[in-house]
Amino acid sequence: MEVLGYFNYWLAIVIMMIGFYGVIARRNLLKQAIALGLFQTGVFLFYVTMGVYRAEDGTPGVAPIWTDAAKTGPFDNPLPHVLMLTAIVVSVSTLAVAVAIIVSIQRKYGTIEEDEILAANKRDDS
Amino acid sequence: MSDAPKSASPAPSGPDAGAQMSQQTLIRVVAKMTIPFILAFGFYVILHGELGPGGGFQGGVILAAAFILYGLVFGADELRRRIPPPFIDACMALGALFYAGVGLASLLAGGNFLDYGMLAPEHAGDMEAKGMSLVEYGVGLTVASVMVTIYLMISERRSTLRPGEKAQGL
Amino acid sequence: MINPILILDMFLLLLVAATAIAVITVRSLLSATVLAGIYSLLMALVWTNMHALDVAFTEAAVGAGISTILLLGALVLTKRFANREAAIHPPALAICLVTGALLIYGTFDMPTFGDPNAPIHQYRVPEMLDQEVGKHPSAAPREQGHAHAGHPQDDFNGHVPNTVTSLLAAYRSYDTMFETTVIFVAGISLLLLLRRRREGEDGVPASSAEQRGEPREGSQP
Repeated sequence: MEVLGYFNYWLAIVIMMIGFYGVIARRNLLKQAIALGLFQTGVFLFYVTMGVYRAEDGTPGVAPIWTDAAKTGPFDNPLPHVLMLTAIVVSVSTLAVAVAIIVSIQRKYGTIEEDEILAANKRDDS
Repeated sequence: MSDAPKSASPAPSGPDAGAQMSQQTLIRVVAKMTIPFILAFGFYVILHGELGPGGGFQGGVILAAAFILYGLVFGADELRRRIPPPFIDACMALGALFYAGVGLASLLAGGNFLDYGMLAPEHAGDMEAKGMSLVEYGVGLTVASVMVTIYLMISERRSTLRPGEKAQGL
Repeated sequence: MINPILILDMFLLLLVAATAIAVITVRSLLSATVLAGIYSLLMALVWTNMHALDVAFTEAAVGAGISTILLLGALVLTKRFANREAAIHPPALAICLVTGALLIYGTFDMPTFGDPNAPIHQYRVPEMLDQEVGKHPSAAPREQGHAHAGHPQDDFNGHVPNTVTSLLAAYRSYDTMFETTVIFVAGISLLLLLRRRREGEDGVPASSAEQRGEPREGSQP
């Protein structure tokens, strides 16, 4: 059944689009930062789903860790795990810098709503 | 415990919030009891990164969680007094420097950059595993310091120093 | 034959999608922060279900731990409620639907969940997973570096039990080094942006915002 085979990919795309909507439709900067994190999580889901392995006779793959120096059963692919580990830590770093910039904006403008900031800029320019 | 029953009062607010939280006996005692275990678990996760799930990033975040718990319960100023901020700055840089230093040492020993086996060519297999552990220590140190720095930076109450006030660093 | 992981996986992912919609819809930023923490914990469950243990560990520690405290600190320094907004913004919704439809159209060529004939399971990594654990004969005493004549090309340096750590620290060690640098740069950026400045320096205004008649930080309801 194709739906079940692609379910993870479609849900990953749904989560990505929810995050995308949050970034472009919400005016609060902090909301936009949280929604960007949601978007990134959807991408992680997409990658890690690709690494799941199930042998042809139906044996499910196990976590890619050798126990007792013996290989027990077919392993899931560890490469997407490695790449997404890096990506998760980078995503929290960017969230930290985004929050620092938002706090600076609050100190300077007194607000973190996008439309009020743009109006203040226009007032300063004119 | 000489704490008055005022710890049963409603949620603290105002400039004394930090002081009142440290007077709540339950929170203080539980925090003091659990912080050593959190630190030990953090070190365990870093050291056993090669034998099970774990590694530098996860262990570093858990180590930082112990310090952040201390800062939440006893006040960020108390945390700054216990661990001088210049020391945390130095740890941030030393972790990344250590990682690159291991790679550079491999380069100087005759191999490629980050080729851990060349650090001890007669036991190359063991040295590769040890090199991977060393590198994870560096990563754990940097991650823990940065997370504590993040907490200290966002827990400040004033954005400027008044005239006459001394900068405490960080 | 349906993959047994899929049943729990579908249930958890539907919960995750519902939490995601709640995060961007709710008006109180405190609720959004707590919901983001719940979202991270649910994602950690999803990773565990798919046998991605290191990813689950990192997501739980970093997403539910550090990210929550970071956003809580931001809340204290900014404000707790977002402005009132329309529930649905039609142009943005249209863009998201069109983009989502195009992406879903693109997934029809992907291998299905757990397919053993997927390209990702055919090339380098299965050779790595077939290696021996512990000391490997090819890692015996050597005078030259790793890649030289006489050294087997399929030695990935990964002879420790946790293959994810061995890939992270040996096969992709450059990535990890620059990732550590990224974390370090994030720490430095925080120091530069949020450090307390002395008043009277260039561009640093007087301390009390009341004197300037502007809203003080953290004072919004």
